[in-house]
Amino acid sequence: MKTKWYVLILAALALALVLGACGSGKQEAEEPAQEEVSRLQLIKDRGKVIVGCNAELPGFGYINPSGEFEGFDVDFGRAIAAAIFGDATKIEFRPLTAAERLPALQTGEIDVLLRNTTWTLTRDTANELDWACVTFYDGQGMMVRKDSGWKTFQDMEGATVATTTGTTTEMNLADSFRSRGVDYTPLLFESTQDTNTAYEEGRADAETSDKSQLAALRSAMANPEEHVILDLTMSKEPLGPLTAHGDNQWNDVVRWVCWGMMQAEESGVDSKNVDESLSSSDPTIRRLLGVEGEAGKNLGLPADFMVKVIKQVGNYAEVYDRHLGPEGINIPRGPNRLWTNGGLLYPMAWR
Amino acid sequence: MFCRLAGRPDDPSGLPFPDSWKDCTVKRSGSETSKVPFWRDIRVLRAVAQFVFLMGVVALILWAISNYRQRGMIFSYSFLDEAASFDLAEGIEFEPTDTYARAFLVGVLNTIRVAVVGIVLATLLGLFTGIARLSGNWLLSKIAIVYIEIIRNTPLLVQLFFLYFAVILKLPRLSSAVVLPGPAFVSNRGIVAPWPRLAEAFRLWWPFLLLALAAAIVLIVIRRRTRARIGRPSIRGFWVLACLILIPLAGWFIVPGRPLRLDIPELIEKSGGVIKVEGGVTLSSEFTALLLGLVIYTGAYIAEVVRSGLQSVAKGQTEAARAQGFTNGQIMRLIVLPQALRVIIPPLISQYLNLTKNSSLAIAIGFLDLYAVSQTMLNQSGRVVEVFFMIMGSYLTISLSISLVMNIVNKRMQIVER
Repeated sequence: MKTKWYVLILAALALALVLGACGSGKQEAEEPAQEEVSRLQLIKDRGKVIVGCNAELPGFGYINPSGEFEGFDVDFGRAIAAAIFGDATKIEFRPLTAAERLPALQTGEIDVLLRNTTWTLTRDTANELDWACVTFYDGQGMMVRKDSGWKTFQDMEGATVATTTGTTTEMNLADSFRSRGVDYTPLLFESTQDTNTAYEEGRADAETSDKSQLAALRSAMANPEEHVILDLTMSKEPLGPLTAHGDNQWNDVVRWVCWGMMQAEESGVDSKNVDESLSSSDPTIRRLLGVEGEAGKNLGLPADFMVKVIKQVGNYAEVYDRHLGPEGINIPRGPNRLWTNGGLLYPMAWR
Repeated sequence: MFCRLAGRPDDPSGLPFPDSWKDCTVKRSGSETSKVPFWRDIRVLRAVAQFVFLMGVVALILWAISNYRQRGMIFSYSFLDEAASFDLAEGIEFEPTDTYARAFLVGVLNTIRVAVVGIVLATLLGLFTGIARLSGNWLLSKIAIVYIEIIRNTPLLVQLFFLYFAVILKLPRLSSAVVLPGPAFVSNRGIVAPWPRLAEAFRLWWPFLLLALAAAIVLIVIRRRTRARIGRPSIRGFWVLACLILIPLAGWFIVPGRPLRLDIPELIEKSGGVIKVEGGVTLSSEFTALLLGLVIYTGAYIAEVVRSGLQSVAKGQTEAARAQGFTNGQIMRLIVLPQALRVIIPPLISQYLNLTKNSSLAIAIGFLDLYAVSQTMLNQSGRVVEVFFMIMGSYLTISLSISLVMNIVNKRMQIVER
């Protein structure tokens, strides 16, 4: 009797194996429904724009104590709503995790993704996405205690640096110190929280991770003012808004709203002086604010869309200072300065 | 069986193997194969089951290989010769330009270090606690019970987190480190203590160490021989010890200069008021936390193993020994422990293996053991399957080595039948 059961179980196992093998072979990706009309028309008909964002990263996208979404990425979403409807509140946020964010965009659940997503070749091509522009140049940074007085890698001779294993972080760390011939001691943990605790307790002299992450971790510390994020970068992490592949008209709207906010900072237009700027004689400002030219018409937006954006949300510098500046989680602007100030922000020509 | 029972009563001679028995077996096997259909024949079924199982295993392996091929992955260990380009701070010297193979070696040695030290300390703690639990001293036995019950009934990972984050990281910072005589510095960076290092004169001194060892061995052999001949050793054990201490000591004064020098750690203030310790030997916080965690956890289990061993020795043994005037210490050392060890050693082996395998929890508290280093290796090289084979192979080798040594010890401890 026992032998029979034995044979039966084996047969069942073999069957399960065969079925398992077949099952995995049959998986087919469903083709996303082709959209003939642009997403922009869909959004206008719907009356609001749906934005995918982060809900747990202070500074970039999080829910504030009064239950509203707030942050740097969130404000770019509001700017897009202000550009389309002239009203920054005609927006719906969908909080997404890192794993959910790309499928949500690919399946059309959201119109635009603004969730600190790094622009990489694989995502741009294999995942069928289109980045609009770069709104934040992130990179691996270094957090140290303020009283150490450290400014550069050379100052950090002999330091113990805590980091999380399993990413490119530890490789960038080794490269950065080795290329400068500076001696250091790495300390590796499996989770970001453990790394941060070890640093905060003084087990390590410094902590390394993406700058935005470091700033968020610091803002949650007992004494954030005792720690400082150094103005140096160990890797490239360009973050920006992205849309589904192939809808150029909608993608254009997103990118030109973002560039418009950068251009406003470059031209010195902000939420306080935007009304006076309407009578400016500077041709760039006149074109930006829709007094001259056909920018709005070409994009399928009202002529004065940038006026609404700047008035309701602000220019790039205002958004940055509000969330990431000294009032927010305090990240030095570094590469996120305008190109005219030696940074990387370079809005394309507004004409 | 039936045949045998049926055949016996018929046999008038009463011989163990009657002729009818022989006939019976032949008849039995012949008649049964013809009667029982092959699908109910146990031998056929067994063969079929084994064949099906074998085919299942082969199919699984072939399936895995074909999946590998389909994804264009090639099973290869050539990455081991590439530069690792990450850094490891614990254990033997390691540079980012060193190979993956050396990185793995660092991890293996760190695991062996924590396992060996842990096994020795856990055995001592377990032996002491196990005896204390059975002690007549009320306080001692209750403390032992509380320790054993708390530790055995909470998960090791929780204990490790507690030890590392709530105890060791809460120690004073390096700038205000506790200074013990030595000086040894205790801070949340770890323990830095003085450590003897070999000096120039050591090459003249080591022959004395060798001489002491040789003399001690000769004395022990003489002791054994005389004891076998006349029933008691001719030389007292004291002289063996004296030999081991006095000869190196004499050498210490004969040799010019000091053979060992003490490496004393000191606090050095770096730029920006940052303090660093240089010199001495360092026990990192992570190593200390992992070692303590493993020793305390496994010690509790070993205590129970020891207790069961001690209780397995019949009470009459103790009573008989006491009647003959043995002291309590002698009873434990000469009568009870040698008998208890036969019960203790087999379960002790599995506790040693548990300690070794549990050391892979090191990754949670940042100690660079075999598993933690491998995680980094497979993340950076992308060689997941190859690295996992290496991990499993290494743990298997370490565990089997421990088993081998302990089985030899076990054999020597068993009762020798005379």
